[in-house]
Amino acid sequence: MLYTEKVMEHFGNPRNVGVIEDPDGVGEVGNPVCGDVMKITLKVADDCISDIKFQTLGCGAAIATSSIVTEMAKGMTLSEAVMITKQQVADELGGLPPAKMHCSVLATDGLKVAIDDYLVKHGRAPIAGPITSTDPDFDPHEEEL
Amino acid sequence: MDHTVYLDHAATTPTDPRVVEAMLPFFTERFGNANSLYALGRDAASALEDARERVARAIGAARADEAVFTSGGTESDNAALIGLATAGGRNRGHLIVSSFEHHAILAPAEWLGKHGFQVSEVAPRTDGVVHPEDLASAMRDDTVLVSVMHGNNEIGTLMPVAELAKVAHDRGALFHTDAAQTAGKVPFDVEALGVDAASFSGHKIYGPKGTGALYLRRGVRMAPYLMGGGQESKRRSGTSNVAGAVGFATALELMLAEQADEMPRLTALRDHAIDAVLARVPYARVNAAEARDRLPHIVNFTIPGAEGEAMLLHLDAAGIAVSTGSACSSGSLKPSHVLLAIGCPVELAHGSLRISLGRSTTQDDIDYFIDRLVPVVERLRSMNPLYDKTVAAL
Repeated sequence: MLYTEKVMEHFGNPRNVGVIEDPDGVGEVGNPVCGDVMKITLKVADDCISDIKFQTLGCGAAIATSSIVTEMAKGMTLSEAVMITKQQVADELGGLPPAKMHCSVLATDGLKVAIDDYLVKHGRAPIAGPITSTDPDFDPHEEEL
Repeated sequence: MDHTVYLDHAATTPTDPRVVEAMLPFFTERFGNANSLYALGRDAASALEDARERVARAIGAARADEAVFTSGGTESDNAALIGLATAGGRNRGHLIVSSFEHHAILAPAEWLGKHGFQVSEVAPRTDGVVHPEDLASAMRDDTVLVSVMHGNNEIGTLMPVAELAKVAHDRGALFHTDAAQTAGKVPFDVEALGVDAASFSGHKIYGPKGTGALYLRRGVRMAPYLMGGGQESKRRSGTSNVAGAVGFATALELMLAEQADEMPRLTALRDHAIDAVLARVPYARVNAAEARDRLPHIVNFTIPGAEGEAMLLHLDAAGIAVSTGSACSSGSLKPSHVLLAIGCPVELAHGSLRISLGRSTTQDDIDYFIDRLVPVVERLRSMNPLYDKTVAAL
């Protein structure tokens, strides 16, 4: 199993680490039993993500995908950001080992949950749709195949 | 990389230059096939048998032909389990293996379970030891074979093999032990332990990869695992790896010659590492810490709130090689079966780190490792959204 240089660069120097005080939206996904937990906090201005930070417990890929997804989402409109796919996250990192693809699911799910959290708090309809990684039947192995 | 600290000797070791030296003639001038009748072949055969005698002596075997040369630990484990279970055409019966064996035992046990045999696992207790009374309660009238490792490769605990073998023998079963991590490092004598079969690996003891041996007590029947030219008294066919056998024998003898000095040195370094990690990394713990009989060179830490692969990668960037039982490093999604078997909670098993010391290890290496580990753990914990909850629950 080999990580790309870009994965290692984001793992070693992750962007947007931390917690935003008084955030507009919060998304926490994953499970310590699986070894991966990610929390996203974000600020919204004019339906755009004006600031975003993450905290992640997990492996190199989990940290790198968290970092890159915050970089991708920053400045996007909410409706653009919910469309980011796990494949786009992986591609942006120059690829992920098959066994690590579930980490990019965690990253996009964290973002979706945070966006919907903002919308629902403001009396608007959620737009992200169902997420997979917190489903008790979610089997990351299927993502590998 | 300007600074390399290798703390993964349980994974593999560099081949000792004295071992390489002893092997070299058998690649070039003394290259004969040990089965050939002419002088070059007889020379190879005599070197092979000399190596066999040295191995037999080193493990306390009564006769040289009790040592079968193999390609290493995995082959020896596979051959022992399948070969002893199916000896004489047997196709049913009951086997017992411990649940924290190496996969080279667990996988053939599972295979036998799909091919007519019944397989039970006996679990170690939280002290990382398989207790004889637990084995006794797993024994059945139809138990034909028991395999329990001598020393665990992830947590370094030693098993009471002599007592376990007696439990098996009292019920008429054969007893095999995987000694890949222990032979050469702690006293190992097949007669004193009373085992019927034992597996050995060359590359764990500064010998070459692809070498090792299977001890098979005289009179114990084994179905051959590799069939063909009938080498190794028909127990393991394939042109004899004379250079490998010489290398393995030399490596094993060197381990024994240096054991009395080296093992106390490693024990002291290991204990220094334990003291320093426990003192400087909050909430760190040693897995199976309560076991008294341990290998001198292996220690396994759990570091709550930091994930194993992430620690490994940061340490690697500082030139330090360690290993982890985290799921993420294994390519599977389950953490170490060894840690789970001794009752380590799954979420803590993801934060495990094994260091294993060896000949090159110095106190400076240990101190360098700890100086780098402390900020790595702090950094990962500061990024962990659940850290406060995790330590509150400890």
